Formats: sequence, structure tokens, C-alpha cells
Amino acid sequence: MRYKFLEHTADVKFQAYGKSLNEAFENSALALVEIMTKKTKIKSRLKKKIKVSGKDNSSLLYNFLEEFLFLYDSQSFVLSKINKIKIKGDKIEAEVYGDNAGNYKISQDVKAVTYNSMFVKKLGNKFVAQVVLDV
Amino acid sequence: MTKKIELKKISEVEWEIPKTGKMNVPVRIFASEKLLEKMKEDETFKQASNVAMLPGIVKNIILLPDSHCGYGMPIGGVAAFDINSGVISPGMCGYDINCGIRILSTNLTLKDIEKKKKEIIDKLFRDVPSGVGEKGRIKLTREELNEVLVEGAQWAVKKGYGEDEDWKHTEDNGKILGANPADVSDRARARGMPQLGSLGAGNHFLEVQVVDEIFDEKIAKAFGLEKGQVTIGIHCGSRGLGHQVASDYIKLMEEKYGWPEQDRELVNALINSDLGKKYFSAMACAANFAFANRQLITYWVRETMKRIFPKFKSKLIYDVCHNIVKFEEHFVNGKIKKLCIHRKGATRSFGAGRKEIPEDYRKIGQPVIIPGSMGTASYVLVGTGKAEEVSFASVAHGAGRVSSRSAALRNLRGEEVKKELNDKGIEVVSGSWKGLAEEAPSVYKDIDEVVSVSHKAGIGNLIARVKPVAVMKG
Repeated sequence: MRYKFLEHTADVKFQAYGKSLNEAFENSALALVEIMTKKTKIKSRLKKKIKVSGKDNSSLLYNFLEEFLFLYDSQSFVLSKINKIKIKGDKIEAEVYGDNAGNYKISQDVKAVTYNSMFVKKLGNKFVAQVVLDV
Repeated sequence: MTKKIELKKISEVEWEIPKTGKMNVPVRIFASEKLLEKMKEDETFKQASNVAMLPGIVKNIILLPDSHCGYGMPIGGVAAFDINSGVISPGMCGYDINCGIRILSTNLTLKDIEKKKKEIIDKLFRDVPSGVGEKGRIKLTREELNEVLVEGAQWAVKKGYGEDEDWKHTEDNGKILGANPADVSDRARARGMPQLGSLGAGNHFLEVQVVDEIFDEKIAKAFGLEKGQVTIGIHCGSRGLGHQVASDYIKLMEEKYGWPEQDRELVNALINSDLGKKYFSAMACAANFAFANRQLITYWVRETMKRIFPKFKSKLIYDVCHNIVKFEEHFVNGKIKKLCIHRKGATRSFGAGRKEIPEDYRKIGQPVIIPGSMGTASYVLVGTGKAEEVSFASVAHGAGRVSSRSAALRNLRGEEVKKELNDKGIEVVSGSWKGLAEEAPSVYKDIDEVVSVSHKAGIGNLIARVKPVAVMKG
């Protein structure tokens, strides 16, 4: 399982999983995109490079996910998949694919990523990231 | 599970969580037993208790009848801080800064629009950008955006998008003072620039309504409302610009001060610190952006309605903020004190006489607009002196959710929700079926209960009820 949505009265809460931290981050982005696009299939027409930093895993994840909200609002870019992702120390570099949101009927209503109940941790041999989105 | 929180009953509609442990003040809850039970199901009380631990908090935390678990502070919460020892917190205002609602009275009656409901809502959907894969209708230069951030609704009126009466009938004259655009990041600008003049998705809506019940003839008349009259409600906020302002300052405050151990989302700065002042200024910019946004949408709604009804006339009754930080004077222990009020999912509710209320309403009290969920009634109330005494002049802001979006999507289909609304005589257009299901009336608390508790508690008196006849959702 890549990610799972949990009950939350007002907002959206999910957990994303991965064999590595990279994979847990990648799956977190895909969970976010599922909420943004409501499962509309997005084509991989455009390529973007993303660089974010953060002083701990939670702020790295927060800033990484926020980048997709920023790209949507400012450039109408909507993510289809993460091609490459490298997490090193306090930095993430990723190469991602996606398309212009104008090509789809998307009712994007994620306002923000929040730190509420957020964690990134290793449980046994897998990584788990938990996020609440303000929608 | 969280540990059991003891509640003290004050009256039929008032409860208290006494000050215990690290709390500096108690929590005062305005709710019926039924609403209280719902609040117990999630983390509403725990989150309110967390806020009560912050420095400089004054008197008590207020939870309004529509309260539910949020992030950091609950939605439907009010927190007041001493301006010298207290803090200001982006997470306690909310990401959608100045998400708010306005209501317009019109010269139409239900009879005029009965047969044209579908035409009206289809045309509004075409003419008012919803933000669904599209951008606002306005293109701005950086300098013009700066003017929007400082002038708010007054900028829009100056540019020809409305009348002076519009901004005069808007909270804080549609322009919160102390807004310096230099405190808004380029990232926030980049998100906001393409979105000015768009509704946005989620719980935001545009609604054609009809007044179906009047509770107080005299005040309703003073607000310009009568039974059978058509009104229009516009609910939206500061779009990506406001979300980014909140996010930017959460990061800046974290870097500088760390965060409270009880919840990272309650990160804050002293009101008087450099960062605290900058956040207030940036928040005011975002709030002004939202006022301008609602004013532009109002203008396009009027244009569209005039094309359908050449004699169409409308007046803005009032426009209120739901997520906002304000500096206001309140009585504390018999003395007037200037406080920093955080309202997150709460409406200001000033009674008669306050200088902040427009002259037209100053002898009556401030109009309060409480929207229901899509397809259910919305209410107009009037602010009260009692609210100034007991709730830092605040009242509920809406129905408040009871069921999660994922549960809504599992249990409901957009097509069915549409049919259910159509059967009630309500036309609906939406950017997406799934968006429609997520906002279905059944996932919200009973708005009638929320306003009836507000009225009983005396923090907002019932004036009129409006029912939707045509709804547009982003």
C-alpha cells in the first residue's frame, strides 16, 4: 500500500508508506495529488525540477508538499508522478512530471499542508509519514 | 485516546472546561447537549486546552456552537491575548485568511426567478471564475497588487467594481489598517496574482437565496430584508495568497522561536516582536486581498443578473470575516482593554453603539451572516452587547462539519447529492461531482441548532432565515 486516508472531521489526514524515506515522501506527494485531482488521471507532459530544504524530516515534508500547491496556484502545474527524488541531509531534489491543470476539470481545494499530527518515522523496516491537509 | 476532560455546566447552552494543569485560563463552550456530544468525539477540547496554555491569554478560550477539531486551534474558536505579554499565531487565524461571507439584498422576489433558476446559475457559473482549472478575470501588475493588499475592497470600488456603500458595509470598511505589502513574500504573490476575482473550490460557494422567515421585523427592515425577497450570498477567501502568508510565517516563527510542545501548529511570536508585527501586517494584506476578491465577484454577479433582469438592483447588506486577527477593545474585569483577538471560524458580533459598525447599523448592532451547508438555510443575526461581555463579541460562523470528506466520498455520490437538491427545488452547478459529494448537507452539523444556541446564549440574535434556490460551487 502506498498511502491510506484516515478519518478526520474537517480536513484530510493520510499516512504514506515506503521502504525508504524517499519512497514515503514520493507516496505522500501522490496522496496529496489524489486529493487535489480527486483521482483524475494526469498526463506526464511537462517536466519540472524541484529543490526544497527543511531543518528536520517534518519540515522537509511540509515544504516538499507545499511546493505542489505553489506550482498549481502560480503555474497551473499539476503533478502526475515523481521521476527521481533524492533526500540528502536537509535538502530534497526531485524531478517530477505533470501537466497544465487547465487541460482537466479539477476542483483543487487543498489550502495548505499543516504540521498538525505530522510525523515522519521508521517503524520496523518501513517509513511512515503522516500529514493533515487543510481543505 | 485522550484523557477524559471534565465539563462544568453553566447553563443550558454554556459549559466550562476548568483551568487545570498547564492551562492559564479556562475554556468556555457555547453548545447544546447535542452539539457538545459531537465536540467530544474529536479533539476539539484538547486543542482548546492547548491554546489555553499559551502566554498572555486573557480570560478564557471561547468555543462557539459550530466548533470542531482543526489544526492547532479548533475551528469555531476565539482566543484573546494581552498586547504586551501575549502572542500572535498564524495557525490560530487559519490558512484561509479572511475566508468570509457577504450577503446582498435585491429588488427581486421568488416569483421573478422561479422559472429562471437554471439560467441564472449557469450564467453565474460561466461569468464568475471558480478557480477550477482557470484563473481570475483580472490581470495585475506588481504595483497594482500592492494597492489591492493595502486598499482591499476600497481598491475594487475605486477601479469601478462597485459603489462606496459596498465597502462601507464591509467589516473594517473592507480595508484592514496596518497592511504593508513588503511583508508579503514573492511566493505568496505568485500564488495570489492569477487568482484575484475567483471563488475557489472546497466549501466556498455563491448562492441565490430567498428570505423565507423573519424573526425580528424591525431589525430585518433596517437591514433591508423582507420575506419572499431574493438575496445573494458569496462565500470565499484570500485564495493561495493567504494560504502562503500563513505558511511563510509559520516557517519564519519556527526558525526563530521553535514551537510550543503541545502542538507544532500553535507556533507563534510575541505580538510586539518584529516578527509578530510583520505577520499581522501580512495577514492584513491577505485579508484585504480577500475583501477585494469578494467585491470583484459581487460586481460580476451584478453584471450577470442585470443581463437577465434589466431592472436588477442590489445592495450589500454586510460582509464579515471568518478567519481573522484583530486589535479590539473589550471589557475585562470591568476595565476597557485593547486585546489581540484571534477568530478562527468565528464571526465578530458587535452590539449597538460600537464605533467599528457602519453608521447605518450603529444604533442596531452589526449584521452577522451565518451560512449553512450547501442546500440548507443560512441565517442573518445581529450582534449583541451580551456577546461583548461573554464571547469577545464573537458568534458561530457556519454549520461546522460532522463527517470527514473521505467518509462523504465513500457514502455519497455527487450525482445523488445533485438530485436530492433538485428535488428540493434547488439548482446546483459544481466544478466537480466529487467536490459536490464532499460538501453534501449531511456531512454538516445542523445549522438550525447552531444558530438557535447562539440566540439562546444571547451572543447573536436571530433576524432572518434565507433558503438557497440556486447554488454554485467551485
